[in-house]
Amino acid sequence: MSATRWLLEVRRLKKSFPIRRGWNRKVVGAVAAVDDVSFTIREGETLGLVGESGCGKTTTARCILRAMAPTSGEILFRAADGRVVDLAPLSRAELRPLRPQIQMVFQDPFGSLNPRMTIFDNVGEPLLVNGLRDRRARLERVADLLELTGLRPEHMHRFPHAFSGGQRQRIGIARALATEPRLVVADEPVSALDVSVQAQVLNLLLELQQRLHLTLLFVAHDLAVVKHISDRVAVMYVGQLVELATAEAIFRHPRHPYTAALMRAVPVPDPHAPSGDVALAGEVANPANPPAGCYFHPRCPFTIEACRTEAPPLREIEAGHFVRCHRADELVLAGVGAEPARGAHGVVDSRGSQREDV
Amino acid sequence: MTTPVLRVNDLRVHFFLDEGLVRAVDGVSFEVHPGQVVGIVGESGCGKSVTMKAILQIVEPPGRIVGGQILFQKDSGAAIDLTRLSPKGAELRAIRGAEIALIPQEPMAAFSPVHSVGEQIIEALTLHERQWRPRGPRLSRAEARSMTVDLFRSVGISMPAERIDAYSWQLSGGLRQRAMIAMALSCRPRILIADEPTTAVDVTTQAQILNLLRDLQRQHGTAIVFITHDLGVIAQMARYVVVMYLGRVMEQGAVEEIFHAPKHPYTRALLKSIPSMNVPPRTLLPTIAGSIPHPLGRPRGCPFHPRCPDAIPGVCAERVPALRPIGSTQLASCFLYNRDEASEP
Repeated sequence: MSATRWLLEVRRLKKSFPIRRGWNRKVVGAVAAVDDVSFTIREGETLGLVGESGCGKTTTARCILRAMAPTSGEILFRAADGRVVDLAPLSRAELRPLRPQIQMVFQDPFGSLNPRMTIFDNVGEPLLVNGLRDRRARLERVADLLELTGLRPEHMHRFPHAFSGGQRQRIGIARALATEPRLVVADEPVSALDVSVQAQVLNLLLELQQRLHLTLLFVAHDLAVVKHISDRVAVMYVGQLVELATAEAIFRHPRHPYTAALMRAVPVPDPHAPSGDVALAGEVANPANPPAGCYFHPRCPFTIEACRTEAPPLREIEAGHFVRCHRADELVLAGVGAEPARGAHGVVDSRGSQREDV
Repeated sequence: MTTPVLRVNDLRVHFFLDEGLVRAVDGVSFEVHPGQVVGIVGESGCGKSVTMKAILQIVEPPGRIVGGQILFQKDSGAAIDLTRLSPKGAELRAIRGAEIALIPQEPMAAFSPVHSVGEQIIEALTLHERQWRPRGPRLSRAEARSMTVDLFRSVGISMPAERIDAYSWQLSGGLRQRAMIAMALSCRPRILIADEPTTAVDVTTQAQILNLLRDLQRQHGTAIVFITHDLGVIAQMARYVVVMYLGRVMEQGAVEEIFHAPKHPYTRALLKSIPSMNVPPRTLLPTIAGSIPHPLGRPRGCPFHPRCPDAIPGVCAERVPALRPIGSTQLASCFLYNRDEASEP
């Protein structure tokens, strides 16, 4: 794994929003939506970015897409020509040639397609914008893309309203892939879909990724979904990264109490499973006024004096396993089992080869 | 067996749109016993929310209840058919909120933003006073206020005396939903309808709210109709489960049977297709082919047959299977378990 080079390296990313009050909209403070976040994504890898609402996962994704300018920090991207570019300080004009290489899949398949444009126009738009003026070539490319995402090319002259939520999400994926991006940022791509359709779209993303050797930043709040798609998982809490490790490691042995609590809070679809009697107390801290010390300490069952006063740094506790907790060495936290629970499923490993599960 | 507190019998709610007829609920039957938690689960368009609205008689036009009964067992022992009552009549208004209460999905939209949450609960208490307290002196304002503080405390809101004067938009999502639960429980209803009560909150808050509902249910013995699309939530909350698809009940039964011995191909496929935390990372999921049909393009016969791996050629596409018992508490509407019915001309 370490042999593959990184495609994206985020270093000490910060994004704060001003808080304005009064008739003259005076700035009275700032919310650090993203607070000193660092991680890398390797080529061909899926990084799952997970956390509850307000944790900064979407803001992180938007900064990487440069849909907004970060307050500070670096976003190093290895461009197609091999150059390493810092996206953070670039202007609109400077970003333009890089845009086709970083694409996005949106959450809401009903809001993200132009209802007045046909599927051909919706999917073909990024091609047109990036200079593919020949309509016939575009038709061909869109047909290929639709086929790739499991849609029927002959439907490309229909309008979005003729498609179901799952089909629209496939269209959104086709559009994101149109410019052959090196990095795809998917922000909650399946959370608006029904369960029976969600599985199809997750499988499609897994398959496309191995076929096209895509690199994926997958932002979601649903841990089970994240587990199904990610090689590595990053957990955020109140703007900070609290844990980062391989999916295997983080689910089997979470090292941060928040990660463990988040896993336990997910209701298990089995009436015999113990119900979440160990629910986390309190609510997510206010990012405009975070608690002193570790942001998680008021809700943490393992708080000691140091947690109240000193902010723990993000440190590497094992090779490739990062955690922001004073007590990570001594705590033994329960994860969730990795043994296959139901039937034989196919498994896609990070190399992209598919094998049958035992 | 106890007498059910609510019996929904062959309920049909249709929407008369310009584009055509949408049969949102098309022959739904189930029972709710006192103190039981019944989960209604299904994907979008399955009619779970419309069923809930029909029970409360708040189906909006062009929707209309076109058939069936909703029998509500009064304290006095008489059963009344809610579908026969005028939606705006005094009799139904006395039931709604007092005997059958609702926890809506989005408490932000359900609370008035210009009245404090406490004020709204006091209003409910005053309005339904004769339902929850048939005898005794009229409720004084001070008494209503102290009852509201107690309610807030019972749903785990800290600093209840201060919080009742807050407006809904000043509360966090979790607190707002707790306040909504306090309001729903204020008149000691016999049935609580919870319509996706945790869909709008985060997962750690969801765990708290579910715990709270479980505790309150044990304490008060209120029957709960729990509507959700989340099978995990259903497994943790319900004793009895009704699985719906396109306006019909596919299967119903005790929660153990539904999750450990599902009979209907839809239930089986649905359970397999949910992402689980218990499989290795990067596992392909078994899927259900196709997508949920458009409400106007409802398939003939069994609504699930175009996506069903076990569909019987010439049968499932032609006729609609009836809900029949299989086993002790389980019922399924599927020709696979009813070969006799399937082979009838």
